[in-house]
Amino acid sequence: MSSPPNVSSGQGQDGSLLRSSDAPDPTQSRLPVTTDDTSTGGDRQASLWSDAWRQLRRNPIFIVASMLLLVLAVMAAFPQLFTNTDPRSCDLANSRGGPGTNGAWFGYDLQGCDYYANVIYGARVSMTIGVFVVGSSLFIGVVLGALAGFYGGWFDSLMSRITDIFFGLPLILGAILLLNAFTGERGTFQVGLALIAFGWMTILRLLRSSVISVKAADYVQAARALGANDWRIITTHILPNAIAPVLVYATILIGGVIAAEATLSFLGIGLQLPAISWGLQINGARNFVRTSPYLLLIPSAFLSATVLCFIMLGDALRDALDPKLR
Amino acid sequence: MGRYIARRLLLTIPVLLGSTFLIFAMVYALPGDPIAALAGDRPLAPGVVAELKDRYNLNDPLLVQYGKYLGALLQGDLGTDFAGRSVSETVAERLPVTVKLALVAVGFEALIGLIAGVLAGIRKDSFFDNLVLVTTIAVVSVPVFVLGFVAQITLALRLNLFPISGIGEGLYSYLLPGFVLGSLSLAVVARLTRTSLVENLRNDYVRTARAKGLPPRTVLAKHALRNSLIPVVTFLGADLGALLSGAIVTEGIFNIPGLGRTVFQAVQSGEGAVVVGVVTLFIFFYIVFNLVIDIAYAALDPRIRYE
Repeated sequence: MSSPPNVSSGQGQDGSLLRSSDAPDPTQSRLPVTTDDTSTGGDRQASLWSDAWRQLRRNPIFIVASMLLLVLAVMAAFPQLFTNTDPRSCDLANSRGGPGTNGAWFGYDLQGCDYYANVIYGARVSMTIGVFVVGSSLFIGVVLGALAGFYGGWFDSLMSRITDIFFGLPLILGAILLLNAFTGERGTFQVGLALIAFGWMTILRLLRSSVISVKAADYVQAARALGANDWRIITTHILPNAIAPVLVYATILIGGVIAAEATLSFLGIGLQLPAISWGLQINGARNFVRTSPYLLLIPSAFLSATVLCFIMLGDALRDALDPKLR
Repeated sequence: MGRYIARRLLLTIPVLLGSTFLIFAMVYALPGDPIAALAGDRPLAPGVVAELKDRYNLNDPLLVQYGKYLGALLQGDLGTDFAGRSVSETVAERLPVTVKLALVAVGFEALIGLIAGVLAGIRKDSFFDNLVLVTTIAVVSVPVFVLGFVAQITLALRLNLFPISGIGEGLYSYLLPGFVLGSLSLAVVARLTRTSLVENLRNDYVRTARAKGLPPRTVLAKHALRNSLIPVVTFLGADLGALLSGAIVTEGIFNIPGLGRTVFQAVQSGEGAVVVGVVTLFIFFYIVFNLVIDIAYAALDPRIRYE
């Protein structure tokens, strides 16, 4: 392991954005480790997090992405704020009326439902699944990863083998199998479970490797010498310094999970009608791409924009949290 | 080196066992009675049902079924589907299609991704560099099925540049689906190459090479690029395994008769033997690719030696 870079050295010389490697690679996660602990309270709080926050606030990409995500979150929570039309009150007379028909911004779908209302209500499923899946994966990955990294031994070996086994089965394929094995209704919860089942491993690996490299740091030895117990060492000394790469990955993963849900719904094994989801809308549009391309393009644009926001947010976070890039 | 490979191969055994068991358990839990589905409207005679259930080991508990499957697998027998066709036959017929598709995708990734990444890396912060960054981030955020659809509508349907679906026109019909399949990884390869090249070009050994008067081309090709390619090669290798499953979506959109579509249809029709066989094959490929990549490290980086 290379020596941990010091965070308090110059910040934000490089004002440019998105300048970082893509796709966090568990084998070469970089570890931002700060030597001054926030809790000790120096003259100036220069922890990794306050430095990162200072840089993030000045990052236009971060501001744009988080604003858009805020709008999407409000859209998911209170769709009524954006549209007065009920997405399920449809009039077949309007079937596939193009954008502008009867004053409907995005036109009507095959059943004559207002497409704008449908697309707005579609945000809820995507945001819910994204947060639910990544939140649960974070919980599993952080708890197991911290234990495996901190204690090592047989538990670590066991966890490594289990993650290997799950890694062999790719996300979409595993989710397809699991969702088909579920009897009964397939709703948001079931789709979320299937995505958690095959999406938690990378978080565990990332956290495990960063815990291992932080574990040997002097301040951890110091805390131990002062008589801190394992729980205290892990939660107050190791985790705050080891979790940065995991948070970056998790942010990007939300986008990946949202895309995966749409893919599953598109394939016909995710959510099912009458659920309202962008993936289902794209699936419904597939037979009318020639005559009504807007049916495909509008939900696709919303879906891609949402995924893009999470990727940009993750990128901005990485730039802020990785001192090596400054 | 030999010992390292042997140890790695030994380590794959528990992983393969675990993954196949995982798939087996999920397939076991698939709803519906495949034997009843076989008969259609007129139910089969009880004797026939019993005989079929016995032949496919459907009466055994999960673990016994799994044991019997493994036993057959070790003798190279992937089993038969419920129509009586051997799974190996299906695989032999469909595998070349998917392999061709994956190779076209990796070809695109390596060619376009590497060139774009290198050009962006040597001219950091130039217009081209920013163009590559913006394009790649846009490509990454569009889900593959959306991209596939849009490409199919615009390039194939409207502009008639490519066949719309199927593999009737030989290698040419693989180009568009291959590009769609590889698009996401192409973007990642470009960014990975760029980042790692920029990092390496700042290193002392590059300055030394320049200082001793080597032509820029040699510095780039022999010194900087060779080291920069290590993470890219890792990614490409891991990606080959991922492409096989990515093929599920792409093959569906472009109606390509490969393994991805086979496994998708098999899941939906409850053809357990086909699902387990094909997915086991995917996992096996994934493990082998990873091993090959690890060995390729040693060739790329002289500091790495496996004892």
